[in-house]
This record gives sequence, C-alpha cells and structure tokens, in this order.
Amino acid sequence: MFLGLDYNTWWFLVFGAVITGYAILDGFDLGAGMLHLFLKKEESRRIALNAIGPVWDGNEVWLVIGGGALFAGFPVAYAAIFSAFYLPVMIFLIGLIWRAVAIEFRSKEPGKRWRLSWDIIYSGACFTVTIALGLMLGNVAMGLPLDQHQEYAGTLITFLNPFSIMVAISTVALFMMHGAIYLSMKTEGRLLTKSSLLARNTSAFFLSAFAVTSLYTLLYIPHLTDKVRSNPSLFVLPLLMFLAMANIPLQLKKGNYRYAFLSSSLTIACLLSSIAVEIFPNLLRASNDASLNITIDNAASSRKTMETLLIIAAIGTPLVGLYTGFVFWTFKGKVKMDETSL
Amino acid sequence: MDIEVLARIQFAFTVAFHYIYPPLSIGLGLILVIMEGMFLKTGNPLYEQMTRFWIKIFALIFGLGVATGIIMEFEFGTNWAAYSRYVGDIFGSALAAEGIFAFALESGFLGILLFGWNRVSRPVHFISTLMVFLGSMFSAVWIVVANSWQQTPAGYHIVGDGLKARAEITDFWAMVFNPSSVDRLMHVWLGSFLAGAFLVMSVNAWYILRKKHLEIAKPSFKIALVVALFASFAQLFSGHRSADLVAVHQPAKLAALEGHYPADQPADMYLFGWVDNQSGTTKGLSIPGGLSFLLHYDFKAPVKGLDAIPKNDRPGQVNAVFQFYHIMIIIGMMLIGLTSLATWLLWKGKLFDQQWLMKLFVFAVLLPQIANQAGWFAAEMGRQPWVVYGLLRTSDALSKSVKAEHILISLILFTLVYLTLLVLFIYLLNRKIKHGPATDDHEAEATESKRLAAVGRNLTA
Repeated sequence: MFLGLDYNTWWFLVFGAVITGYAILDGFDLGAGMLHLFLKKEESRRIALNAIGPVWDGNEVWLVIGGGALFAGFPVAYAAIFSAFYLPVMIFLIGLIWRAVAIEFRSKEPGKRWRLSWDIIYSGACFTVTIALGLMLGNVAMGLPLDQHQEYAGTLITFLNPFSIMVAISTVALFMMHGAIYLSMKTEGRLLTKSSLLARNTSAFFLSAFAVTSLYTLLYIPHLTDKVRSNPSLFVLPLLMFLAMANIPLQLKKGNYRYAFLSSSLTIACLLSSIAVEIFPNLLRASNDASLNITIDNAASSRKTMETLLIIAAIGTPLVGLYTGFVFWTFKGKVKMDETSL
Repeated sequence: MDIEVLARIQFAFTVAFHYIYPPLSIGLGLILVIMEGMFLKTGNPLYEQMTRFWIKIFALIFGLGVATGIIMEFEFGTNWAAYSRYVGDIFGSALAAEGIFAFALESGFLGILLFGWNRVSRPVHFISTLMVFLGSMFSAVWIVVANSWQQTPAGYHIVGDGLKARAEITDFWAMVFNPSSVDRLMHVWLGSFLAGAFLVMSVNAWYILRKKHLEIAKPSFKIALVVALFASFAQLFSGHRSADLVAVHQPAKLAALEGHYPADQPADMYLFGWVDNQSGTTKGLSIPGGLSFLLHYDFKAPVKGLDAIPKNDRPGQVNAVFQFYHIMIIIGMMLIGLTSLATWLLWKGKLFDQQWLMKLFVFAVLLPQIANQAGWFAAEMGRQPWVVYGLLRTSDALSKSVKAEHILISLILFTLVYLTLLVLFIYLLNRKIKHGPATDDHEAEATESKRLAAVGRNLTA
C-alpha cells in the first residue's frame, strides 16, 4: 500500500498514464501523417514533416515504455493480449517501421517520384498504425474470449466486430483532428490557413464518429457505462470530456491553436480515462466467462517487482519529463527551415 | 514446419537484422563524442564537418535500429507468451528500465542532435551528443542484463508449478549483477565500438584511395583507429573472461563451443574443425589440451564434455555452435592484426600510402559485423535447449494460441520488409558516402534552405 492504494493499482495508473502520454504525443505525429497527402505542395509537405521531425522519435518512446511497463508489471496480460492480437500487432509494428523509415528516407533524394512514393508509404503507414491501435483499444474495451489458461480463444475475425471498427474510425478522426491542430500551431501563412481548415473539418468528423460510437456503447455495451451509472461522482469525467470537446471548435474559430491543442489533448486523456475506469480492475475482460478475466491482481508481478518498478518510475518519469520538455522548448514556435531540416 | 522451429527462426531473423544497427549506433556514438569534443576544444571547423557528416549517417542507422527494435519488444508477447509469463517479473523489469532510462534519453536528445545545430549553443549540442551516446550504452546495459539472466539466472525463486510456475525476483541487484552480466556487457560494448570504428575507417579509407576529402578523411581515420586498436585488444581479454564464465556456469555450452565430447578428459582447443554430433567426434587442427590450459592453466586438467550431459539437455546443433564461435575468434584475431599493423604504419608515417591496406580497410567493415552476429549465434544456440538456462525449455516457452501459419505469414512479411529495408539502407548509405562531407555541398544546402525559408515567408504573405 502506498497513499491508500495498493501497488497493483498504482501500476495500473502508471501504465494508463504512459499509454495516455503516448496517445497524446504520437497521436499528433500520426494525425499529421494521415493528413500528409491532403497537403499538395512539396514545401508544405516538408514543413509538415519538420513540424514533427525533432520530436516524433521521442514520442514513440512512450510506446516502448508502455510495452515494457505492461510486460514488467502485468506479464500475464502482456502475454495474453499480444498473442491474442497476433496479426493486428504485426501489422501495427510493420506500420511503425514504415513510418520511421519514410520520415528518414524521404528527404534523402530530391526526385519527385522518390518523394511521392515515400509520401504515400508514410501516410499509409500512419493510417495502418492508427487503425490497428483503434482496433486493439476497441477489443480491449469490449473483452475477448479466453480459454482456461487465459489465452486467446477467438479467431482472426473476432477482432473485426462493429464496436471495434467504430472505435478505430473514431481514433482515426481523433488523431487527424489532433494532428491538424498541431500543424496549425506550428505553421504560418497559407499552410496555416490550410491546416486550420483541416482542423475544423476533422473536428466535425471526430464529433460525429464519437457521437455514433457513444450511442452504440450506451445501447449495446452496458459494461462500459456501469461504473458511471452506479457512481454519479464519476460523471465529472464525461463532463470534462464534453467541455474539452466543445472548446475545440471555439478555440479554432478564435485562432487560439495552443488552447485548441490542450483541449484535444485533454479529450484524449478523458476518453482513455473513462475506458480505464470502466474496465478496472480488469486488464482484459474475458467475454465468455467472467471468472477468466485477466485482472490487475491475477496478472501482476510479485510485490518485490512492483516495488522496484515504482521506484524506477519515480526516478525515471521526472527525468523523461525534464528532457522531453527541454526538446519541445528548443523547437518551440513555428517551424523554421534550415540546412538541417528534412 | 514445427511451431517451435518457426518461432525460433523468426526470432533469430528479426533480432539478427536488428543487431546490425545498435552496435553501429553505440560505436559511432562514441566516435561522434570524440569528434565533437575535439571541435569544442579546438574550434577547428574540420571537426565540425566531420561531426555533421557522421551525424547524418548516425541518423540513418539509428532510425533503422529503432524501427526494427520495437518489433523485438512485442515479439516476446506475440510468439513467446509462456516465456513472457514465466520471466515477466524479471525480464520485464529490465526491459521497462531500458525504455525509461536509456531509450528515452537517446531518442529525446536525438532531435537536438539532428535539428538543433542552429537552435542550441555548441556545448549544449555536445552534451546532447553525449546523452545520445550514453543512452545507447545504457540500452545495451539493460538488454544484456536481461539476456544474461537467461544464461545465468540469479536473484530469483520459482513460485507455483506446472503451467502456473514462474520466476520471481528476490533480489533486484543480484538479478542485475548476475554472474555473467558485467563480462558480457563489456564484450557487447567492445564489439559495438569495433563495429562503429570499422565503419568510419572503411568510409575514410575509401576517400583516401580516391584522394577525396583528404583533410577530413585522415584525421577521421586516426580517431577511429585509436578506438579500434584499444577495443580489439580489450576484446581479447573480455572474450577470455566470458569463456571462463561459460565454463563455470554453462558446461554444456562450453563443450559445444569447442566440440568436446569425452566426459572427463583434457579438452583441446581447435583453430578450425568440423563436429559430427552423431558419432560425437570433432576433427580439425587443434592444440592438444589447449582449452584445459586456458581454463585451468594446466594442459592435463579434465573438462566436462557433452557425453557427461544427458542428450536432451545438450544443444542440438553442436557443429553450428562450434563454427559460429570459431568464426568470431578468427575474426577477433584478424582485427587485432589489422589495427596493430595500421597503428605501426601510422607511427612510421606510411599508413595512408599503403593502397592494399586501405583497400582491405574498405571491406573490413564487414568483419566486426560478422563477428558480432556469430558471437550471438554461438551464445544463443549454445544455450539451447533452454530459453532460461536450466529452468525453462524453449519448447515450453511458446504462445499456445498462436498457430504455425500465423508465424509463417508474419515471417514472410518481415523477410520482405527487412530485405527491402536493407537494400534501401545500403543504397542511401552509399549515396551519403559518395556525397561526402564536402564544404561546398554544405553551403549549397544552406543556400537551398535559405531559398526555402524565403518560400516559407512568401507562403506567409
């Protein structure tokens, strides 16, 4: 126990925070990538790439930390989730490879065809990664059929259920909006006009996708609204989310892109927190038999490891925060092109 | 094909491909720190050009290292779920520590390294380079700790039995400093320094042969040569210590490395040879009692052979283990010879006139790469049939819900993707090298970016 919460709950919070950090940070990279082909001029594409250039690598680290955090703290969940999502994970990983490679390789040759090929690969990879993330999130929220060893018992098609597809589409919309706002924050002139137009359109796309998914959840997936129903004080979460979402078009209209960005970051955090609150203390719900649920207690590492991990997190997190902050501060403001640019 | 075989091939393939890049990042990182440190100290723009040139190549290598490395972290869960459950308590902590302490440091500061030249002061840029280098060194620490724990487990106890059995930490520091981690870490670091140094020497030898960029190529070559000379000799001692450890903790692996079968007799040391695992014999050129001498300083000391170990506890592919190990050692000796000769010629002031030697150095970039790969293959195949030595068999470590077809499909996908990447990597590396660190190009780039900045302003207007 530490501050009234047991170690497993603490680690659930740490893991949730890391995944939220990943979604907020890499979310805008992926969003900018998905919008890449909407920018027509070579200069615009270069500026957009340089807007994420110095930071995307550091942002992706959050995923690596998240993977390590799950492996270390909840190995049973790590083993079950990743072997269950075998092909989506593989496709996700291959998507990440191509994104990294495309950013790296695109600028190395001036040829038109070379650049266009990498633009298509880059944008396609960002879509692939986002869709795979959304599908996994949807399925984790829904739960999966597990056998008595808590290993996955479904088929490949089990993933493609209506709810998860809706979550995937909403994730695409959310990241696109988040990315467009980020680009608006980092660009000037005609590119800014273009980005803010994209931000407005994608926010409308997100709000409608979100509305449909929410309606579907309310009607057909009772376990994702249980806790809020039985505990009205939790209503503060959807309320905050609603306020953050409503604030986005408002700030976009005013041209306060920084506030719009904070609002879309807050939206992501609230969305993930709501899901986390509802599935807690499960990490993976067994859709066929509640006694097979993978929970923070039956999936957890030993007490000793949990203690060690919390110490590692307590030392590591401020350090990571410090130099992430330093890097963002170094590249603050509008994108400036120089000889080191991509 | 059998799931176990497929999963092992997939792991070997993805990790071997990944391992082309991190050693280069570590070695090149060290050389970048030296080059930029020289720039900071002397203010000589030649060192700045060198640093800028190698940072571009570093970025290419680092990018591929990251892209192929993330796969590894998730592959434990996808293909080796039983293993992940069994060792998560221990292995997972090391991996989490790697992410937060090492990888975050490396990737965070990389942005400043690549794009920060005009945004931070020289000392801050140098510190960023240092941080990226340290990050890559720390990465190696945690990954080697995790792997060494699989070789020589320590600081744990086993809880539960049957399918529910798993290893739990009892002592974190005993796990980190398990008997083999420090020595194996040194071996990996030195191997990485060699990989980086030989890349720098190869490229600069090529420039020297072509009589291009000489004012940069020669000092760059010298910096790398100093690193390589130190590392190749140090590797000899480090290798010897590692072999001693294997003898104490993993007798079956040691016996396989030297193809030694008799249960309780002095062991020979082979320069090269061929192992017939069926008949349990090894033929080749050997120093009689050589291995006994290296381990016990006595040619007559008995060494435990494979015959003393039950058949199902021995590595299956003894000849492969033997060959990989010997390839590593032969290359190690070649590297010592090459660096010593080059240093002696440099001392005499004749190094850069030796066309043949420069040609040799152009191709020698492959040697440390092959030795690093061969060393890991010997270490990992020699550990079989165990995934955690003496505790968990590889055949018990697989994911039960994953089918052979899944692994086959993803293996084919990875093969296609990685081959494409390798071709592109070599193509771009080649372009960059041909382009070289020339000043005029650098200015051309600066003009181009001024033009772009102007375009940017017009866009604003």
